[in-house]
Amino acid sequence: MGSSKSSLRHIPNAQELIQDTGFSAAHIQRLYERFDLLDRDQMGRLRVPDFEAISHLAMNPIGDRIIAAFFSPGKDTVDFPSFVRILAHFQPTDDNRTRDSSGKEPYNSPNRKLQFAFQLYDQDGDGKISRAELLQVLQEMLGMQVTDELLQSIAERAIQEADLDQDDAISFDEFKKCLEKVDIDQKMRIGFLS
Amino acid sequence: IGINMSSRIIPVVLVLLVGSVLHTAAASPSDHETNHTALTNGTAHQKKAFPVLDLNYEHVHAPFEISLWVLLASLMKLGFHLIPRLNNIVPEKKVPPVMNADVFFLCLLPPIILDAGYFLPIRPFIENIGTILMFAVIGTLWNTFFIGGLLFAVCQINPGYTMDLGLLPCLLFATIISAVDPVAVLAVFEEIHINELLHILVFGESLLNDAVTVVLYHLFEEYAGAGTVTVLDGFLGIICFLVVALGGVLVGAIYGILAAFTSRFTSHMRVIEPLFVFVYSYMAYLSAEMFHLSGIMALIACGAVMKPYVEANISHKSHTTVKYFLKMWSSVSETLIFIFLGVATVDGTHHSWNWIFVTATVILCLIARVIGVIGLTYLMNKVRIVKLTTKDQFIIAYGGLRGAIAFSLGFLLNEEHFPQKKMFLTAIITVVFFTVFVQGMTIKPLVELLAVKKKQEAKRTINEEIHTQFLDHLLTGIEDICGHYGHHHWKDKLNRFNKKYLKRYLIAGTRCEEPQLLSFFHKMEMKHAIEQVEKGGGSNVPSALPSTVSMQNIQPKKPTVEPERMLPKLPKGKEDEIRNILRTNLQKTRLRLHSYNRHTLKSLNTHINNYLTVPAAPPDTPVMSRARLASDPQARGAKYNADNVPTFQVDLASPQSPDSVTLLNELKKVEDQGLMMKAPSSKSMEGERDQQKLTRCLSDPGPSADEDEDEPFLK
Repeated sequence: MGSSKSSLRHIPNAQELIQDTGFSAAHIQRLYERFDLLDRDQMGRLRVPDFEAISHLAMNPIGDRIIAAFFSPGKDTVDFPSFVRILAHFQPTDDNRTRDSSGKEPYNSPNRKLQFAFQLYDQDGDGKISRAELLQVLQEMLGMQVTDELLQSIAERAIQEADLDQDDAISFDEFKKCLEKVDIDQKMRIGFLS
Repeated sequence: IGINMSSRIIPVVLVLLVGSVLHTAAASPSDHETNHTALTNGTAHQKKAFPVLDLNYEHVHAPFEISLWVLLASLMKLGFHLIPRLNNIVPEKKVPPVMNADVFFLCLLPPIILDAGYFLPIRPFIENIGTILMFAVIGTLWNTFFIGGLLFAVCQINPGYTMDLGLLPCLLFATIISAVDPVAVLAVFEEIHINELLHILVFGESLLNDAVTVVLYHLFEEYAGAGTVTVLDGFLGIICFLVVALGGVLVGAIYGILAAFTSRFTSHMRVIEPLFVFVYSYMAYLSAEMFHLSGIMALIACGAVMKPYVEANISHKSHTTVKYFLKMWSSVSETLIFIFLGVATVDGTHHSWNWIFVTATVILCLIARVIGVIGLTYLMNKVRIVKLTTKDQFIIAYGGLRGAIAFSLGFLLNEEHFPQKKMFLTAIITVVFFTVFVQGMTIKPLVELLAVKKKQEAKRTINEEIHTQFLDHLLTGIEDICGHYGHHHWKDKLNRFNKKYLKRYLIAGTRCEEPQLLSFFHKMEMKHAIEQVEKGGGSNVPSALPSTVSMQNIQPKKPTVEPERMLPKLPKGKEDEIRNILRTNLQKTRLRLHSYNRHTLKSLNTHINNYLTVPAAPPDTPVMSRARLASDPQARGAKYNADNVPTFQVDLASPQSPDSVTLLNELKKVEDQGLMMKAPSSKSMEGERDQQKLTRCLSDPGPSADEDEDEPFLK
């Protein structure tokens, strides 16, 4: 699969994407090829069935959430720039790029990474992980093997531990605090993007 | 200077003194193969008076002396802790033991390696496996050729009979001396509590370079006689290396699986469980050695493979037994090794001092190590996620200690092929002493000085656990979307394989289905429950709610606790009794006191009831402690959680309750039943199976707290 530089012209807004996300041209090229592969009806956009066709993803306990994260609220297709922007979260943190040209935090800063993960928990978008949402996540991860009471207890304990302002839900800051000992950069990065 | 380090030096120093005194007087080194039969043949058959008391030392002298030495070593260790300055204890009649290479390799080394392998932190090991392999293989090769080549050059410059060394003997010597020694590394690094990354890098390197050493050693030894090594031999050597390394791992893995499989069926015969662990591992070692494969790698592979399954199967007591036996044996072995080294140093018949050779060796070793580490780190940092800093490199280089393995390998050399054997041995001992003493003793102050990161106290919270698992799933999913078969993808596949095939056959009972998050949670709950009882007075407990979990309130003599007051403290005697009972019967020996900020009784009720409630135990389940609390009709009206979390009321037994059971009575009853805890009969637990599972979860021993603290590699 030879990729010549000229093929970047096929990709709309390639330069802008490179600027925005910090991917190199080669990365954008590879991602485009992947996007193309997934796009079965060649419309230039991905739909939910395209994602679900990935066999291994179907086995993933939180596969549905991940797929949903790619789609902006209200839309049911994903175009290439959005695809790339989501994946930009998983680059290794680049300390030099603390602020890009538009003054926004880059996609791959630890904060943005955590925000992305938080959004996966927080399905209703209210900025907090409620007990019900946590319970749902636990149910998905632990599956059929566990009784409801046990799940409730785990969720209960988790909220107890994390909830500092006693509102019975985990806010983003509390979420960040839980994970302060974990090296987010290392945990949330994909190798080939480095 | 750590106590342990000094307790190794002191025996050696002591032996130096003792040995030098005795050696002048001592006869030839004891030969443990005394032939007794020769004695009996010559005696004439004359009738003597029947000996009432007779001394027959020769009969027991071999085991007697060994035991005496082990005892002396242990006493020295003990004495050092009790008496700051050791007196010279000159034993009456002692023949200093001589290092027998077979004894070393077959008896002294395996316990140390097994101890290391069984408790090897798998996760960091696998994460850094690339770097470790680079250091082990390339680093050792570099060391060998650099030292060997330059020594040969030195020999050429300085001709003289004693220095007349061909290239191959030089290379052989370099092979022996260039391998970092796991025993020495363990001994030193254990007390400096350095951060996990550096520890696993140096330690992993010391374990894996055994394969390289074995191959090179045999290669050069074979061909030192022949005089030349051709390219073909070199090529065969590479193949041989792969065979040795992978073969060793395979042998170890096979024995590991066998051990895991066997442990599945040992539920009726708990007493012999530890034996299986030890014997299978030792057999793995011996089998590997038999085929000239790497015994060390076999042992590591065996321990690492068998551990997760065996841990799930064996009882808690067996687990403790295995752990402490391994620690004990490896400790004794280590001390003995250092004593032997000391004796060998003193034993002049093995030495031939040559200033130039020895100093050249020492200096070259240091230089080679430093250059090797710097070069390899430079290469690896291009690929690594977490880069190694200069400080890290310094510690890695400084931690490259040589030890007894080098000496034993030198000892094994055939004197006819290698007339310079004595010179070699002298040089080896010097290097060993230098690295162990000088480097080993100064590394601790250096670590402090350089402010190297120390080991983190890993106290995982349930949130961390949940979220990191979540992130793992997320990353696996993203990798699948990108079509990238990375690190997470393979790990996930391995987990699935493990769950589907291995766990089913290797783990007994329903334990095989328990996900890791769950067992983590259970353990936390147990710790918490124990902590609550330990705390006794319930100072953490808000006094608002009447129903308390504290088992200490089962006291008919004590006045009824009013709802608003804080719970009265138990008299000391009762507390201790409770504590003892819990300790002996509950399956957690390691008590970590977690402090939870907010702790509502309601949830504690749930937890205690959920996880300490069991039905009558089936006869073959290990004894589970149960705490029985009576139901208090008054407290039943207490508020329930809005979203209907089922709460069991664990209530204090008021004297009025008909079925209140006092702790005192319980104790007088059947001893080994311990405390009994039962949910109020009005609320039935759904699913006997769940209860059984919980029983099993709790009654089965988890791995002890600290070994499990870092996330197990396989979920």
